[in-house]
Formats: sequence, C-alpha cells, structure tokens
Amino acid sequence: MNNKVAPLATHSLPKAPTGIIGLDEITGGGLPSGRPTLVCGSAGCGKTMLSMEFLVRGATQFGEPGVFMMFEENAAELTANVRSMGFDLDQLVKEKKIALDHVHIERSEIEETGEYDLEGLFIRLGHAIDSIGAKRVVLDTVEALFAGLPNHGILRAELRRLFRWLKNRGMTAIITGEKGEGNAITRYGLEEYVADCVITLDHRVTEQISTRRLRVLKYRGSAHGTNEYPFLIGERGISVLPITSLRLDHAAPAERLSTGIARLDEMLGRRGVFRGSSVLVSGSPGTGKSSLGATFADAACHRGERTLLFAYEESSAQILRNMRSIGMDLEPWVKQGLLQIHASRPALQGLEQHLVAMHDTVQAFRPAVVVVDPISNLTLDRSDSEVKPTLMRLIDFLKQQQITTLFTSLTTGGSGTSAAEDSQVGVSSLMDTWLLLRNVEFNGERNRTLYVLKSRGMVHSNQVREFILSDAGIDLVDVYVGADRVLTGTARVTQAAHEHSAAELRQEDHERKLRQLASRQKAIQAQIAALHAEGEAEEAEVKFAIAQETLQEKNTQQNTAAMAQLRGGTKTNNGDSQ
Amino acid sequence: MKTSSTTETFELRLYVAGQTAKSLAAFANLKRICETHLAGQYRIEVIDLLKTPQLAAGDQILAVPTLVRRLPEPIKKIIGDLSNEERVLVGLNLQPVTE
Repeated sequence: MNNKVAPLATHSLPKAPTGIIGLDEITGGGLPSGRPTLVCGSAGCGKTMLSMEFLVRGATQFGEPGVFMMFEENAAELTANVRSMGFDLDQLVKEKKIALDHVHIERSEIEETGEYDLEGLFIRLGHAIDSIGAKRVVLDTVEALFAGLPNHGILRAELRRLFRWLKNRGMTAIITGEKGEGNAITRYGLEEYVADCVITLDHRVTEQISTRRLRVLKYRGSAHGTNEYPFLIGERGISVLPITSLRLDHAAPAERLSTGIARLDEMLGRRGVFRGSSVLVSGSPGTGKSSLGATFADAACHRGERTLLFAYEESSAQILRNMRSIGMDLEPWVKQGLLQIHASRPALQGLEQHLVAMHDTVQAFRPAVVVVDPISNLTLDRSDSEVKPTLMRLIDFLKQQQITTLFTSLTTGGSGTSAAEDSQVGVSSLMDTWLLLRNVEFNGERNRTLYVLKSRGMVHSNQVREFILSDAGIDLVDVYVGADRVLTGTARVTQAAHEHSAAELRQEDHERKLRQLASRQKAIQAQIAALHAEGEAEEAEVKFAIAQETLQEKNTQQNTAAMAQLRGGTKTNNGDSQ
Repeated sequence: MKTSSTTETFELRLYVAGQTAKSLAAFANLKRICETHLAGQYRIEVIDLLKTPQLAAGDQILAVPTLVRRLPEPIKKIIGDLSNEERVLVGLNLQPVTE
C-alpha cells in the first residue's frame, strides 16, 4: 500500500506545515489549516512536546505566531522542559512570536452558585491571540478543566463553542487529550468536538525497551499515512520516521567506490562497490567484520568523504585503539571532522528509536559513507516481520541520499554454511552486495575466509579468499584449493613450501634429462661420423678395384692387338703376352 | 441583621464580560448579599473583561461571572450569577446569624 499520496495533497484542503521531520510527509503537508486537530495519548507520550514544536516551528519557520495555553504545567516549567529540545521560549515570547498562558483552577477554591459560562477563557485566549497576531493555538490539556469545574454540562457546551470559535477565527489549533480507558480515544470524549484531524501518540514498552509511535487516526478531507510510525524526541525536536522510504525510485549512480582493500575491489568487478549501494558483511564472531567496516570508513576518509560510523559494540576510543593494531589510524579523520563515531548501547532504546536517531544524525552530518557495526545487535530479540520494514526504511532513506552503506552482521550459527546464511533476518534481500566472512578450522588453527555471496550489477568473483589481518591492515590472498578442501593459514603456507620444493626437484630432473639427451646426441653424432668415414673408405676401395679392373682390361686389349699384329694379323687371340 | 464574623473589610472583585443578563444578575445579587451581611465592611470592584482582558490571567479567571474574595485571605472564588445566597455565604466564609 502506498501511504504517501503526494499529488492528492495539492488539491485537498490547505495545510499548515508543522516543520516536524516526517510528520508533514505522513499528513501530506501538515495539519489542516484553520482547523483544530486533536492530539491524544497516555501520559508522557510526547503530546506537549509535539504541540510545542508545532508552535515554535510555526513561529520561527513559517511566520505564524502561536499561543500556547497550558492547563497543567506553568510557563516556567514548560520553558525549562522544552529547552532540552533547543527551544528558547523566553526569547520567542520577548519577540512576540509565542504567547504563553497558564490556566489554573483549583477545585477547592471554587464555589459554584448559579449560571455561568467560560467567556473568561475565550477572552484570555482572544487577548493572547490579538497581542501577537497568532495564527496557531495549542490547548494543553483542556481536559484538566473537567477536574476543576464541577458542572460538566456547561463545560462540554463551552468546549464545543470554543472549538467552533477557534475555527471561526481561522486558528490552526492543536488540542491535546489524555487517552481514555479501553478503546476510548480520549477520557472525556473530546474527539466528539474535534473531528477534523486526530493524531494518536503511544509509548509502548516491549522487552523493557520503550518505543514511541505516532498514528494519524483520522484526517478529514485529506489522504494520509495510516500506519503507526515510530518517533523520537531528540535534541533537535521530534522526528517521525518518514515514509518516503516506501518508494523505490532512488537514483543508481554508476560511480564505483573502493572498499579500501585492493584485492576485494578486484573481486567486485575490479572496481569496488557502487556509490549509494548497500553492503552487508556477515560472519561469526571474530571473523574481522569490524575491521572490514573500519577499513571501508578509512578508505572513504582518504577520499575526503564524510563518514559516519555507528558502533553498537565498542566505544569510539576502543575502536580507535583497536584499529591502530592493524595499522589504521582513524583519529586524524575524527579530528578533521571527516569521521564521526556514534557509539551507543543497542539496548538503550528500541530499534525504531535507533533508526530515528540515525536519521537525525545522518541528516545533520550529511555523510557520503555510513558504516553500521553491527546491525544485528539492533535486531536482537525482534521478530523478522518487525525488523524488516524498519530496516528497509533506513536503507532506502540512505539510498535516497546516495549514501554508501556498510552494515556488519553477526551470525550466530558458527561456521556452518546454512546457519550463517539463514540468520540474516531477511535483510540480505535489501542489500546490494553481501560479503560473507567465515572461520575455517583445520589443521589445529582457525583462519578467516571471505567470499562474495552476491553483488548486484557487477561481475564478481566466485572465489574464496583468505582474509588476513596483520599490523599492515587487511589483505586477501588466494587460498589453495585441494582435491577435497580449501587450504588456509599454515596449511596454505606448508602447501606452498611443499609445492616450491617439488618444483625445484622437478627442475633438477629436467636438467639432468637434458644433459643425458645432449650426451646421447653427441654419441650418435660420433657414430654417424664413424659410419660416414667407413662409407668413404669402402667407396675408395670400390673405386680402386674398378680402376684396377678397367686398367687390366685395357692392357689385355692392347696385348691382344699387339699379339695379333705380331702373329700376322689374321687371327686375334687373347692368349698370353709377348 | 449582623454577621458573626470580625470587623475586617472584605475586598471583593467581580469579573464580568459585558452587560449580560448573567453579569447584571450577579452584581445585583452580590450587592444585596453584602448589604445584608457585610454592611459597611466591604468594597466591590467590578472588572469588565471585554474592556480589560489582560486582567483575566492575573486572577485565573475562566468562568464569567466570577467573584473573587481577595481579602481576607485565603483567596476564594465563586463562579456563577450568585443566585444561591447560601452557597455565596459559604464561599465567602460568612455564617449567617441564626436568631
């Protein structure tokens, strides 16, 4: 369901912005202008703070002075109370931007005799409005009158008249009311008279952790978010966790950021992660998640980007000291104001409160990189259905601001694959890149390994790397992948040495074989030469024999001819020589 | 008729908002009661909040008409048109003399 119906808000009724972070988003622009709004909730839920902020923001940011009529606290108490939110009421009163009026009635002092009305209240309010030209009015808590005035019939009639009167004067008003018994919205049924807009506040404690929530119960003539939204009363006033996060339209820059570890960047398509993407680093205890997170932060500071580190396990001093042990000095960044470390206990407040506080801090500091270490502590003892939407809001909020985030997450499942991958409270689907750190126990030692489980939008390595923490920082090295297991640590070193010596041996063997071959070749050459010589000798002999025979024949022929001559020439004979 | 109370002066303020029926009735009732029980011992100041609205906050006035007994102390407030004499006397701490 889409809670924000922004286009509708423009042609619905005019609205008076509250200036309260998130509330204007939920209400599509603010409270109904010129009409009363009922804000109700139990004691201590923040009614007074909300209405005071509405008034102060109106006076300081929107040029609408306001009257605060209080029925419970007096002006001095109220001034002191809201100073904690950074509001200086004394100054605003002096500047005639705010008028305070404390209405107090003591039942014991009052005797009722006959007919009366509450014209005195109208006159006081009218006087206060006229004195500063107010456009906004808060009545906090008008129900106190029910305790002070015995005749409720008159009181109800007069309240009805009062709200109509406020409307006629065009006052944007907040009327606060105590939550009633059971399902009643207010104790005295004020919702009967103030029907334009009803906001309920709630302060719930589950698992000993309190969470404030706000809900727009009703908003006549306007679309509005109907969910319960957590809110926080912080140093900068109230922040309601905004719902803009339910949209899915953030930009996707193609710019890449280094993770601070060259080998890791290489695994992530050689260039690191996308700007504005979210990285989840999960692993069992002691796998080096925090160090990885700190390296990421350090790299961002090196680039000159503002970085925010939320630490939920270590104090900032401890982080600085521990990171020094791996050769990383974060302190200069802190001093330069590039790095802010916010350390707090996760049990300090509920998840929503933490997230709202993170929102506040992010909006004040405007970082480029946010590291949350670890996110799993925030989600302790919470069911997935509660955690996921809240985390989604945070992640989407950060994405909208194009902030690159790294969350670490502690997995409780030890080193088993399925356990480590299952315990991600459903947040992994929100993450763009997921790095898994795992301890591998083998050969009498534990070694850290890292792999990229997923990384959207880039080619990434499927290889397991050994993750080494040394006093020079983090490094990744290739592991040896044997026939049956991955070798890390000393086993890897042994394997390397083993392979090295094997190579040396092989080298020698080759050389020997070459030498053998050479000498054999030499021998063959010699044999060839000998045979060659033999052949030549034979040839010479044959030639000699042939020459001899040829000569003999020649001689014989000559002899025969000579003989024939000698014998008288008729008969030729081959007989003996002369 | 005399009252049993002391001789100190009663300083009374009646807050009204314009000349309404209720405020006129309240003033008339007050005048009568004072004349009856506090003759010569009282002073009434009528404040019309329509003319001086800034005075409403000082005495914490909400209801109109309101009668404020400023003296003798403690401060007492009586709201309404003062039509119930008995309750006005209780409110002013005046016990009527029973003959």
